[in-house]
Amino acid sequence: MSPDWTRIRHDFPILDQEVHGHPLIYFDNAATSQKPRQVIDALVRYYERDNANVHRGLHELSNRATDQYETARRKVAAFVNASDEEIIFTRGTTEGINLVAQSWGRANLKAGDVILATEMEHHSNLVPWQMLAAQTGAVLKHIPVTDEGVLDVDQLDSLLTEQVKLLTFVHVSNSLGTINPAKLLIEKAHAVGAKVLLDGAQSAGHMTVDVRSLDCDFYALSGHKMCAPTGIGALYVKQPILANMPPWHGGGEMILRVQFGSSTFKDGPARFEAGTPDISGAIVLGTAIDYLESIGRQAIFDHDAQLTSYALQRMSEIEGLRIFGPMQDRGALVAFSLEGAHPHDLTEFANTQGLALRGGHHCTQPLMRKFKVPSTTRASFYFYNTRDEIDRMIDILLGAKKFFGS
Amino acid sequence: MNDELRELYQSVILDHSRKPRNFGELHGEGCVHVHGDNPSCGDEIDVFLKLNDGKIEDIKFNGSGCAISQASASMMTIKMKGKPRDQATKMAGVFRGIVTGQDRQLAEEDALGELQLLEGVQHFPQRVKCAMLAWRALEQALEKGQGDVTTEDKPD
Repeated sequence: MSPDWTRIRHDFPILDQEVHGHPLIYFDNAATSQKPRQVIDALVRYYERDNANVHRGLHELSNRATDQYETARRKVAAFVNASDEEIIFTRGTTEGINLVAQSWGRANLKAGDVILATEMEHHSNLVPWQMLAAQTGAVLKHIPVTDEGVLDVDQLDSLLTEQVKLLTFVHVSNSLGTINPAKLLIEKAHAVGAKVLLDGAQSAGHMTVDVRSLDCDFYALSGHKMCAPTGIGALYVKQPILANMPPWHGGGEMILRVQFGSSTFKDGPARFEAGTPDISGAIVLGTAIDYLESIGRQAIFDHDAQLTSYALQRMSEIEGLRIFGPMQDRGALVAFSLEGAHPHDLTEFANTQGLALRGGHHCTQPLMRKFKVPSTTRASFYFYNTRDEIDRMIDILLGAKKFFGS
Repeated sequence: MNDELRELYQSVILDHSRKPRNFGELHGEGCVHVHGDNPSCGDEIDVFLKLNDGKIEDIKFNGSGCAISQASASMMTIKMKGKPRDQATKMAGVFRGIVTGQDRQLAEEDALGELQLLEGVQHFPQRVKCAMLAWRALEQALEKGQGDVTTEDKPD
């Protein structure tokens, strides 16, 4: 039975408001998703009843907080089909990638090694590798993107040499919507002995992700793009890779024994969680996962795919509107340009009609250069959005075209 | 559409953005060039000055950007042509006061003409950088005679 999408939409109190005298249409989900009542309530409940620091206290509240924190870890693990010994809590995808770069990367890369990324990476999956390359003498290369907005897989074989120690790429592009052929890429990278990191920021909350079946070595996700608060995320690291990674941040929680001269460290995810973690964030990330699973990730994917294909169809009807990215195998977002209306002006115009779009380079400047545009406008959807909202967006885009056009 | 948006995009502003004046480049003796960049949106602009005898003899700009940054650059070139350097620098300060809404008194003393139309920007804090992009390039051109400038360099 298909989920009751109208009832589900009512789980999101924020959507029930007017902006500049118009009902809010929230189409900036690729930047951050909204939060359901269930998650907001769980956050309040935690602070009203259970708040304490984890792992150290011997009192009731600390036991409760610790239980819930570790339960959340098991939920994240089950969500991506990993074991809980493979899940590190982070602040988000960006921190997860930086952790891999500075811990695994510094221990395993040397001068002349190659880190292979793609032309469609978010800055957060480029800059940490540029920093690592400067520290180790490794070289950062990239797989080009075709004019259609997909990876040029024909170039893979020549790029994937034995010097490549890491392939890192975005699962679903935040600028083009492209869903990359992860399994194929991972297989090819493993064939030359490279490890693979998957940037899951745009995939985790939108589709079923199974790290065992994908066989990736690292998978980073952000809670706030999948109904949890900002400031919490998770990093999957395949065992035994995790067991052999040196600590990154030093501090409490991650140590076994500390002396003035040196210390020994815990095994497992705790070694990478120095200091008091975002306890409430982790716990309600678990609540968000329960919520998403109650709807079903396949149902969410199908809903979003239908909505996106409807948006693509309606947007193609607008003369002078150029859509970026592939028409198939696309996540729930459409980046576009509208002749005569710069993305900044267009989003400003849309905002006064209650429509939240995003205009800019979407933290993918190399990709913008490839397509020879300084920026694009992006509409990104989630399961609480409707066809009616898309129809209203079309009207607003037509209005903007008339307003800015000469 | 709301009133603030109408004020932001007045017809004169839209006209300048659709048909920017003094659009182009200047090279040769006495010419200086500064590249301006707004990293928050990817917009870029190049401002060219021909300086002669302490005056801006000619000025042009080139680049792509939103209606606000293009109109601001276009109107700036009209206003700056023929102005002595120190007066141009002073006017840039006055314009900054107008678009940030911080220095009304100063703005009233020195009429900027058409450029006053951009005061609607003050209701849109995200857009101050757009309005200031060309002016930052102008300031740098007058001060250093070359180089790059970004809207992140110092707050407006």
